[in-house]
This record gives sequence, C-alpha cells and structure tokens, in this order.
Amino acid sequence: MSLLEETNAELGAPDVLVTPQPLGVGVPSGPPARPRSRGRLIWRRLTQTSRFWVGAIVIGLILAWALLGPLFYPFDAFGRDPLNMGLGPTQLHWFGTNSIGQDLYAQTLVGLQKSLVIGLIAGPLGTLIAAVVGSVAGYMGGVVDRVLVWCINLLLVLPSFILLVILSPLFKGLSWVFLTIFIAGFSWMIMAQVVRSQTKSLRDRDFVKAARYMGVPMPKILGRHIIPNVASLLIIDATLGVVAAILAETSLSYFGFGIRAPDVSLGTLLAEGTSAAVTRPWLFVFPAGALIVTLFAVSLIGDALRDAVDPTSGVNRD
Amino acid sequence: MTNLLTNENPSGNGRTDPPLLEVRDLSVTFPQRGGPSVQAVRGISYQVHKGEFLGIVGESGSGKSVSSLALMGLLPSSATVTGSILFGGRSLLELNDRQLSGIRGQEISMIFQDPLSALTPVYTVGDQIAEALLLHDAALSKRAAAARAVELLKIVGIPAPERRARAFPHEFSGGMRQRAMIAMSIANDPLLIIADEPTTALDVTIQAQILEVLEKAKSLTGAAVVLITHDLGVVAGHADRIAVMYAGKLVENGTTHEVFADPHMPYTIGLLRSVPNMQTAGTQRLVPLEGRPPSLTVLPRGCPFAARCPIAVSACLDTEPVLLDHAPAAPGVPVAGLGEAAHVAACHRSAEIASGTLTRPDVFPRPEPLAVEHREKNADTEPVLKVTGLVRHFPLTKGGVFSRQIGTVRAVDGVSFSIQPGQTLGLVGESGCGKSTTILEILEMRKPQAGQILIDGQDVATLGRADLLRLRKDVQIVFQDPMAALDPRLPIGDIIAEPLTVHGVKPADRRARVAELLDLVGLDPAMADRYPHEFSGGQRQRVGIARALATNPRLVVLDEPVSALDVSIQAGVINLLEDLKEQLNLSYLFVAHDLAIVRQIADTVAVMYLGRIVEYGPVAEVFAHPRHPYTQALISAAPIPDPEIERNRKRVLLEGDLPSPTEQIDGCNFRSRCPLYTLLPPQKRSLCESFDPLLALHDTVQTACHHSEQNTLLTAAV
Repeated sequence: MSLLEETNAELGAPDVLVTPQPLGVGVPSGPPARPRSRGRLIWRRLTQTSRFWVGAIVIGLILAWALLGPLFYPFDAFGRDPLNMGLGPTQLHWFGTNSIGQDLYAQTLVGLQKSLVIGLIAGPLGTLIAAVVGSVAGYMGGVVDRVLVWCINLLLVLPSFILLVILSPLFKGLSWVFLTIFIAGFSWMIMAQVVRSQTKSLRDRDFVKAARYMGVPMPKILGRHIIPNVASLLIIDATLGVVAAILAETSLSYFGFGIRAPDVSLGTLLAEGTSAAVTRPWLFVFPAGALIVTLFAVSLIGDALRDAVDPTSGVNRD
Repeated sequence: MTNLLTNENPSGNGRTDPPLLEVRDLSVTFPQRGGPSVQAVRGISYQVHKGEFLGIVGESGSGKSVSSLALMGLLPSSATVTGSILFGGRSLLELNDRQLSGIRGQEISMIFQDPLSALTPVYTVGDQIAEALLLHDAALSKRAAAARAVELLKIVGIPAPERRARAFPHEFSGGMRQRAMIAMSIANDPLLIIADEPTTALDVTIQAQILEVLEKAKSLTGAAVVLITHDLGVVAGHADRIAVMYAGKLVENGTTHEVFADPHMPYTIGLLRSVPNMQTAGTQRLVPLEGRPPSLTVLPRGCPFAARCPIAVSACLDTEPVLLDHAPAAPGVPVAGLGEAAHVAACHRSAEIASGTLTRPDVFPRPEPLAVEHREKNADTEPVLKVTGLVRHFPLTKGGVFSRQIGTVRAVDGVSFSIQPGQTLGLVGESGCGKSTTILEILEMRKPQAGQILIDGQDVATLGRADLLRLRKDVQIVFQDPMAALDPRLPIGDIIAEPLTVHGVKPADRRARVAELLDLVGLDPAMADRYPHEFSGGQRQRVGIARALATNPRLVVLDEPVSALDVSIQAGVINLLEDLKEQLNLSYLFVAHDLAIVRQIADTVAVMYLGRIVEYGPVAEVFAHPRHPYTQALISAAPIPDPEIERNRKRVLLEGDLPSPTEQIDGCNFRSRCPLYTLLPPQKRSLCESFDPLLALHDTVQTACHHSEQNTLLTAAV
C-alpha cells in the first residue's frame, strides 16, 4: 500500500532534505549542487542493492545462453539420434536424450527461448493494457468508467484457465502468438484497478486541472501527466508480470493447453519429463532448473526495483 | 486577562516569582542515515510565567513546533534532545514516559493544528473529554466525568452540549472540533496550555471565535498559554510576550509592545513590514523579504539570516550573534537571568537599530510604487469577463444502484459580476461559500446550469470546440498550492511551455518564450531545465504565474495564490502580481480569504456567502464602510498585526459556523448567523424571515440586506 502512496508523493524525503537548495529569488546563484532528479535517485538506489546485480547478471547470462547456446552445440532440438535413445547426460549429449533420441540440451534451449519470448512480450503487454484501460477509466469517469470497470470485474471472475481449456480447440493450429496475447489478456485487470484509482486521485490534482483548463486534449494529458506519475508502479508490474507470464505459459503448456508439439517450451518439456522424473531424472531436472533460475532472477530484479522506487518498503524500512 | 495586562509592568521587572516554565539551552537534532543530522532547534532559552501568554512566531521549518513537542516529550525516539526544561521546578527531560504522562494533559495540555486527526474518530466527543478527566482523577465517577464533559463543552461555546457530547468528531465542523479540543485541554485545569497553530486550518470568522474561546479558557483556568503561530496578527491581539524563531534559534524576545513597536532584529523588522495590514493595504507597496531560510542540515557559518539580511556586515558571516539586551539604557549587556522580561535580540547590529541610527525603513526600504500610467478606463469598454446569474447546484443522492435525490447543494446560486480590462476583482468569503465552484465553472467553459458566462463578450455556451480553445488562451489560472500545481515529473521549462504546445507553437519559439517568461517573473532563465522540487515555495508560485502568462492571457484567475506560502514570501509574490498587472494590462479574478491581501491588490470586491454575492463594490468603499453585516463581521474578524489597534478594536463576532449549503433557509440566508438580525425589533425581523434580499445599489456599493441602513446598530452594540 505504501508503494501506491509513494508514487504520488515526492520520492525519498530523506535524500531531498540533505541537498542544499538554491538561495534567493531570481539571483543567479551560480551552479549550486543540484538535487538529484527522481530517475537518477532510483537508479542510484537500484544499483546499490546487490539483489539487483545478481538478478541482472543471471538473467543476462540466461538470455545469452538461450540465444547463443545452440550455435555452439552440434545437435538440433528435433533431430533424433537413434543410437542414443533414453540416454543420461554424457559428453556427447550434455543433458541426455529422451526416449526417441532427441537431444535434451538443444530442446531446453529452444524451450527456454520460447518461454522467455512469451514472458517478455506478455508481461509488458499486460501492463500496457492495464495502463491504457486504467487511466482512461479513471480519468474519464462516468459511463466509460462504469463499463470498463464492469469488464475488469467480469474478466476477474472468469476463470481464465477453464476458459482456455474450453477455447483450446479454436487455438489448435494457431501459433504461440495467440497464447501470448491470451496470457496478457488475462493478466492486466488487477493492475488496471490500481492505475484507475491512482488516476482518479491524480485527476483532481492541480497540475492536471491546469492542463485541462489550458485545453490540452485528453490523450496528451494521460501520456504527459498521468502515466509518468504512475510509471514506477508500471515498471515494477511489467517486471513481475514477466515472471507471472512465464509461469502461466509453462503451466498451460504442462497441461497441454498452451504450446503444442512440435513446438517446444519449458512447459511441454516438463510435461514430458514428469512421468520419467524418477527413472530418468535428467528429463525433468534440467528444464525445471532452467525455469527456476529464470524466474528467480527476474523476481530479484522486480524486488530490487520495488525497494528502489518505494523508500518505505523492505530493506529501506528502519 | 485584562487584570494581567494592567498589572503588568511594561518592562516586566516587577516579577519575583520563579517562572512556571523555564527552557534553557534546548537543542533538538534528528540524526539522518548517511548524512548530516537536522538541527531543528539550536539552543533556545525562554521562560513562561504563571498566567502569561507567550506567542512563538516563525516560518515553517523554524523549529517552533519541534521545540514545543520537546516540552511535551512527544518527539520521536530518534531525536536527540539536550538542554533543560524546568516545569514547576521539575526537569521534564529527566522524567520517564510514565511520569511525563502524569503531567501531560494534567498540568500541561496541548491543542493541535488539525483537530480532526487529534480526536479519535471511533469515540464520541463527550467520551473523549471524559477520558481525559478520568485518566488524571481516579476518584471521579463515570457519570460525574460525563457531566463535567458536557459542562466543558458548554464553556467553550458549543450549542446544545448535552446532545453534542454524544456526537462523533466527524459530525463536528472544524471550528467545533477545535472548541472540543480546547475543552479537553482545560479539563484538568492545566497550568500551561500549548496551542500549536490552533487556527491555521480555520476561516477568519471561526479563527476569531476560537481565539476568543482560548482567552476565555485561559482566564477561567489561570493557565499560561504558549501560542505557536506564523500569523503576526493572531499574536498581536492576544500575546503578552513574543518570541521570534528563525532557523532553530530564538532571534528576538520581548513584550508584544516592544517587539511590534521597536523590533531590534532585522528578521522581525522584515516580517512586520512584509505583512499586509488591512488598514493600510492598497495605499502602499508591500516590503518583500526575499530568499528562504537556510537548510537545517547544512547551516552556513555565522548568522543564519545573513543571506537574506539587507544590512549584513562581514561579522555576520563569521560569528553567529547571541541574544543580548540592546535597550539604549543598557547596551550590549549580556542577559544574566535568561531574558527575565527583557527585550533581547540576536543581531550584531541590534544596538544601532535600538539606538535609532538604523531606522526600520533603512533596513527594509519600501519599494518605489510603479509609475502608474493612467490608462483610459472607460466604463463602456467591454468587460473581459461578465458573469450573469450563474448557478451551479449539485444533486445530493443516496443509495447505490437506484439512487434518488434527497437534496440539492446550492454551491453557486445566482452570482453576477464583471471585470473590466486591467481591473482586479477580489472574491472573498469563508470556505464553502462557493468561491472555488464559481471559478471552476468559469474555467470549465461549458454551458452553465443557468445564467451566462461572457468572456471577451463571447458566450461560452454557444461556442464550438475550436473557438473555445482559442478563448482558453485568454483565461489562465494560478493555483493555491504551487507544489500540487506543477507536475513533479516535468522540468519547469516544459511546464511553462505547456499552454504553448496546445496552441501549436514551434519548439524554438517555445524556448525563447520560456526564457522571456522566467525573466519576467524574476527567475533565472537558466533554471528552465530544473524540476519543481528544486525550487522554494515562492519560486514555484512564480513558475505557476509564468505558466499562466505564457499565452498572453487577458484574464488570470488567481485561486488563493499566496495562502500556501510563508508570510515572508507572500509580499514578494503580491508585488510581482501587481507589477505584472501594470506591465501587461492584465485583469485578475482574485479569490482569497485574506482580506488584507484583497484590499492590497483588488479594485473591486465581491463578498460571497452561501453561493450568493452579498456585497459588491469598489474595494476602498466596501472596506471603509461595510454595509452588509456579514462583511462587517469578516472585516472585524481579520486580525491586524498591530497590538495597539488590535486590542482596542470593536469586534462583530459571528455566531456558529457556515450552515450547510443543502439547508433551505427561508428569507435571507444569512439570518441564522446575522448579528444585526438579533438586534432588530420583531416587526423588522419578519422582513428578513420572509423575503430574500436582492442586491440593491447604495451609493457605489451593491448590498443584499434589507436593513443595511441599520448597520450602525452593530457598531453601537459592541
């Protein structure tokens, strides 16, 4: 909650207090020590936390691994090695092979790519929808607000998983792009509510009124005054949204409603590996490990971001 | 109170009894993580005697509230407090919290600025007062405590106290809550009442009532009062002694008469000269006190006021002056008994000031009035703004899904006025009278519920979108709170240029115009890329003014433009507004509750009450001869920063609070509070009860009162 309040207020009172202010009115007082701007302040706080660096480095390594890994590996994800079926990790097949001889290392990399792409698109996309819907509803009020809130509530009560199960025959043959859109489409509602309530209070602030009385059109007011003032919230939501989207994708795929064969994602790999988790653990352990490390790294970044933006949360609290 | 005043020897040397409260060398510092600590109070010493009324005056951040919280032991545990506080012989700083609790509320009580947050919302007001009684008197029965609570509410002037004691704080108005706080503070007959800005959140008429109640409470209990305020007018009428604080230090301390008539510290002189006085306002320019107090974390060497002081010498930058008695009889004598009733000031040049070699106009000269070019002020030129019969009612609904209307809030109920080019209309009234709704209706530029708004002779209801946008260029607004009015995420250059972007001005031209505007309002054009939080309150308000002027408007709506600023900053902003008006031939619609400032800047004044204008005319005439009893009451409630005038004034006090605008009052809607109505014979009252008075012209002033010719009755009565 304090996070929400903070986005409205000036950031980090203690830091601001320390900075000397220019003296005198209209006296060109030379270049005094400039108080830091909010963006720089957040960046400074962010870079001071070790969690951020751990998360950033790990996610950087994972991205590099997923993108560049296949270039330095002889096997592709779908080719079969009939001589080495159901083999454990060896020098030849680093993560082993599955029962039909496909190389698990190559498959994990491809699956990781897919999961990352879906997560990195669906997370920010959900935030974008939330920002647009939330700010429009909060700013316009009246009928528009009521209709949009009604839609938000409807989507919130609809169980998205069951909906997907019902709709899954329609998705057959459609690409992963639809899955991404679907995940984004069901992940923005809570944030939209938050943005809406923030907008409602910002809307009555004098600087927004001033813009309105100047004749600034609504989209410009939203883009110039409203969204930047909730931006820190949105950035955090987008980051944590990546985690949620990857999780959603893997669980959907795990149950067979997301990515389907021949496409591979971490979810489908896990689904295949579960049954053999005891007998041939490498089929399960490697994709699961990749998933956990990825989620953990992104979560660390999101967490560090939240602490940097909100001086009253977590480590900043006395 | 009067007893005390007459008994008191003006120089105060007659005191022999030990002081009730003695603060010695009190310092409060707040350590900060990873930075220098905040030195909120730096070694202050003062005394309060039994039954004395001490006013502590200072700007925000001067440490006046922190020092009194230290007295009560209410500072956060992170604060470091040094020095000593002796209260009735006991050292308060050495007591533990339990022992302090025995003193708090019993012997020392406190009245806070915001009575809504000082009262618990879930208990009735009566219960809370009774609790204060029961806490300190175990022998008292619950029933007796409840009865005493009702009695206390009656003392502080709450109507129907039996019923009101059972009400919750949110059912009380701001003024009534503050009365209840006073009732609670005097419940245990304290020896000392500390009032921290008790009237700052209230309207002038209510402020006058509350100060009256505070005086009454003081005389009933014989308690000493420490009143903390930023308003020199408030202390002028009530305090025996005044202590002026600046940057955590006491810079001047003396009797009210001494400090007002013969201040020895340049800061006090500047403050006194910068405050507009309602009686002289409008005839001369205000004296600005530029700059801002230093940051309490990195205090400069020497006198903290040196940077703003017009008579600073090299010694001021070197050593910080101490409090000394500079009276001509005993120049420069260090004060042994901690300023026992002496007039002390902390300034290297106080001796020169005290002896008269440096006069007050030498220290803070009054700026030259502008050479006023007399423009042709034709009566028949088209008014910039003409509002006729403007109405804005809000339906009051109940129920969620099937809401039904249960009443109407008559926020604006038939308001008419006009503003000629180059003129200023002051719109005054208590909060809730509809001032803000009126200006918002004008700025929204949509078809009013009833009536007509003409801007530059064009009816806003008939204009299309493009025409309205063009018209918006001519009307701009400056808001009350400069922090809220500027987007914290944009550099001020972008903020000022915003109205220009709407009208499609090219970026290069925008930048040139921003530089020009910053120069116009007295800011350095090089500051355009800085963010609002880098500026002081007064500078931010200048940015707000620059933004309003960007499109070369003809009319600027000023919504309480200085009321959120510190007293010392106000004069500079008012002067700027006056200059700009002359330079650019602007018209102002000036909304304010501070009558002195309205008198200073306005040409015409409209007094609003419950959505109507009750008096409307030239400012000099209205202030000199108010005809409507409400105007009379408003003017007499406004404090004047001059103890002589303030103590000898006759006041027309209003009863009660502003009625709710949902109430339907037959006849004159001011009847319920009208002091004149109560004096009228019954046959004349019936006119007030049955007919709503319309604005009628008396000489040059329009007044909505049936009996405005009778208003001498009022002045005779008080």
